[in-house]
Amino acid sequence: MKSFFNKFSGLKKSARSNMITLALCLAAFGFVTAMVATGNASRHMKSLLVPICINIILTVSLNLVIGFLGELSLGHAGFMSVGAYAACLFSIAFEETLPVMVRFPLAMLIGGIAGGLFGLLVGIPVLRLKGDYLAIVTLAFGEILRSIIINLEFTGGASGLKGMPQDSTFNWGFIAVVITLFVVMNLVDSRHGRAIMAIRENAIAASAVGININRYKLMVFTVAAFFAGVAGALYGHNYSIMTAGTFDYNKSIEILVMVVLGGMGNIRGSIISAVLITVLPEMLRGLADYRMLIYAVVLIAMMLLGTSEKFMMLRYRLAPKRLIKRALQERQNRKDEKEARKYG
Amino acid sequence: MAERIMVPVPPKAIIPSRDVGKRPILETHHLGIEFGGLKAVDDIDFAIGPSEICGLIGPNGAGKTTVFNLLTNVYQPTRGTILLDGYDTKGLSPDRVNRMGIARTFQNIRLFSNMSVLDNVKTGLHANMKTSFLSSITHGFGYSKAEKEADERAIELLKFFNMEHLKDHQAGALPYGAQRRLEIVRALATKPGILLLDEPAAGMNPSETAELMENIRRIRDEFNIAVMLIEHDMNLVMGICEGICVLNYGRIIAKGTPDEIKNNPKVIEAYLGKKAE
Repeated sequence: MKSFFNKFSGLKKSARSNMITLALCLAAFGFVTAMVATGNASRHMKSLLVPICINIILTVSLNLVIGFLGELSLGHAGFMSVGAYAACLFSIAFEETLPVMVRFPLAMLIGGIAGGLFGLLVGIPVLRLKGDYLAIVTLAFGEILRSIIINLEFTGGASGLKGMPQDSTFNWGFIAVVITLFVVMNLVDSRHGRAIMAIRENAIAASAVGININRYKLMVFTVAAFFAGVAGALYGHNYSIMTAGTFDYNKSIEILVMVVLGGMGNIRGSIISAVLITVLPEMLRGLADYRMLIYAVVLIAMMLLGTSEKFMMLRYRLAPKRLIKRALQERQNRKDEKEARKYG
Repeated sequence: MAERIMVPVPPKAIIPSRDVGKRPILETHHLGIEFGGLKAVDDIDFAIGPSEICGLIGPNGAGKTTVFNLLTNVYQPTRGTILLDGYDTKGLSPDRVNRMGIARTFQNIRLFSNMSVLDNVKTGLHANMKTSFLSSITHGFGYSKAEKEADERAIELLKFFNMEHLKDHQAGALPYGAQRRLEIVRALATKPGILLLDEPAAGMNPSETAELMENIRRIRDEFNIAVMLIEHDMNLVMGICEGICVLNYGRIIAKGTPDEIKNNPKVIEAYLGKKAE
């Protein structure tokens, strides 16, 4: 055990932080599984587990674009819908022939690849744009995709796609979350990740040190769209009917809210805010008419607190690490005093 | 890669004796750019030896930074040729030109401010690290080895400028002089054949400038590369440059050794104006 701790503290700071994030997720997973197993979770709560996983994946992957690359994309729901339809159509086709253990991972992979492919296709022309222009064009892309899906035969048209197997479970969702976190956190802490952040920091300087800006933008866009597709696959297999209307710009904005609330470039923050924003409206259901009002007020309050310097100072002072350090320091001081009195 | 073109060194080139007979690291022929009919830079000819320190001076607005932007392909020239170690760089992207061997710093510092000092230098090492995308997302396939080597190399480079104790600081939080030095370190990390410095001494006090002069010489000697610098501090330019080009209104008005430039009437006129008749 001691050697583990030594090894742990010898790691790079970023690697340590990543391990803590994964450990926290694992602990949360264990806790929730235990709750469900002992029958302490309500049916309502259980129904939120898969959406939580979906939103974590969406938020973390969009954070890669917004927080790390520094480009505003409003088409995340579009990539999600591509992944969802691709995966569901696959599952419907192979429902009889493949067992769930093979079919669902394959469906998620196919959803991811379909999403990633669209990310790449859209990215090639679009990523020459910057800032507001990019945001508008990605928004338009999402809307176009939605209209196309509504007008196609094989996607079920406006009445929606039915008949996919209900494969999404919390376990599968959790596995997808862990893979997403693993890939995104590793990517950020690598030479490719440094290149991506360098583009955010200063594009001209990045190209002056030999970084191919278009290539890395495309890489980020594709990876983010891949995970949006995976999230879409989870989403599609969680409900008995799926309509294109769910993937409108409101969904994209909702993901954006989660990213901004969790903090740009902050993966642990993204996870927490995704959980919070998924759970909050459901928690407030008892308040009926005031639900959306309170939801909005809570959002505004959290945003204000998140950017307030005074609150940051307070949080810094109350951080567990600092409190422990201070307690230890005080104990040492008392000890020193005692020693001094003894000999003095 | 385009075919390497061998052009004889122009007779007017000012190259230190040790570089004579070697292929110049950088040459331009009739280089020029127009912005909507305005000739910002026109007919620039020079050649820089592989271990030369060359100065580019001129009054404000003469087009010095434009020349740097042309050399690094930030702007595409409307006429003329740039040969980098014999290769024509026409139409290449700035990142490609950097990988071919030109590194630069900027007049208004452009660091990756929210990243650590070490990460800034490691970003400079980016193009020379060969780990794949797969290795980056799994942290396997040689990731640890490559990262360790990059760390060592980055610290080595920081040590060169006595900055290794600052490696975990945020780059944007460094004092001004250190930011300028860090920009040079980051540029050197890309393993250039020639380093372009845009006003490296701007905002520095005399003792910092003296240190900078020493550092530029050490860069040339230890990395064995050419340095071209834009600078207004004449002590620095006259102190370390072996060849100087003087630019005015986008054209070269004089080329020569520091002593020749000091006494050139055209240069004096450009800087101080004509004597009243």
